[in-house]
Amino acid sequence: MTGTELLPGASPSVAALAVIAVVLAEAALLYAGYGFLEDRLGPTLFDRLRRI
Amino acid sequence: MFGLLGLSPGLFGLFVVFGFMVGVFFGFFGMGGSFLVTPALLILGYPAPVAIGSSMTFVFGTAVIATLKHHDAGQVDYRLGGLMFVGITVGIELGSRLVFGLEVLGIAEAVVGAAYVVLLAAIGALFTRSAMADEEDDGAGDGRERATESDGSERDDVPAIAKRIQSYEIPPMMTLSDGSRASLWTISGVGGGVGLVSGFLGVGGGFVRMPAIYYVVGTSLAAAVGTSLFGGLMSGAVGAFTYGRAGVIDLGVVTALLLGSALGARIGSGATAYVDEDDVTIYFGVMLLLASLAVALGEAATWLSMPVFDRISFVLLVGSALFVCAVILYHGVLAVRDERRSAPSA
Repeated sequence: MTGTELLPGASPSVAALAVIAVVLAEAALLYAGYGFLEDRLGPTLFDRLRRI
Repeated sequence: MFGLLGLSPGLFGLFVVFGFMVGVFFGFFGMGGSFLVTPALLILGYPAPVAIGSSMTFVFGTAVIATLKHHDAGQVDYRLGGLMFVGITVGIELGSRLVFGLEVLGIAEAVVGAAYVVLLAAIGALFTRSAMADEEDDGAGDGRERATESDGSERDDVPAIAKRIQSYEIPPMMTLSDGSRASLWTISGVGGGVGLVSGFLGVGGGFVRMPAIYYVVGTSLAAAVGTSLFGGLMSGAVGAFTYGRAGVIDLGVVTALLLGSALGARIGSGATAYVDEDDVTIYFGVMLLLASLAVALGEAATWLSMPVFDRISFVLLVGSALFVCAVILYHGVLAVRDERRSAPSA
């Protein structure tokens, strides 16, 4: 899927900005999501690594 | 979901794993996005504009994540990154004009290819030599010269060449986030030089930006990585906008790569706090030397019309990156275990 398919009929600049907005939203969600996992699973994982 | 992204489940999984590897690399070294992803997409049969545009957009997304992680550790000098970006923008314009000029003469491809090979080899040799010298010096004491901070204390993570450059106080001077000072001329010159290389070679330029901040401006390696990532974020945004206007960014590819790289970048960025850079720098230098060989083989494939060289080039590039990624993870695990051993006596 490209920016043009995302917003059919939009101007090239708006389509490009939409792509950037989608990627920014994905990056923010992934950062927060993996951050949550890190907080929940990180201490257990580190503890396991230290016991190896 | 796969239908929406336009990818088969197998290809989706491949991109997630590949993204993870690039993310670790990107988070740890502050570079390695576009020069790994673009050839991979080209080999998989994506048209060049889609490969380059999607790669730059992916670099932008990963740089956002890795910069946030380095921000948490206080390793991003935003003022330095912002000032460099001005020079980078001017440099990119000059570099692209140089390429158009060479195109008129009909020698653009040969000159750009040769310059890429030489530059990768030179930076690779610089890192390898520096890492080997540090190892030799370890027996006799600290490998790096100590630089004095504004508060009179000494910081030992600045190369001697950067210390010498910082000693030439050409006004206007600006204070870096770690308290040291650098001339605005040096910063602009580095930004312009990095931009010139980016515009000339058509790459993100992280492999030049990070060493330039470290060796010329004179920050710690961790700050150089963080600030380079911030630079990658800004240049990636410009690239994503430019290619987005042309409608050639494949969001399915970018999403799959980001899914892996977001995790990899967290691990790579986090590893900088545990892993001694000296343990990995030599592998990084060797990887750049291998990348130089890979690019040379890619050029040979075009000149000799032998596609097999292209495949060897790709395997060499990805294989060496995979190896360095494994080394980072291995040293990370070792560092965590060593921390446990030293904890009771601390």
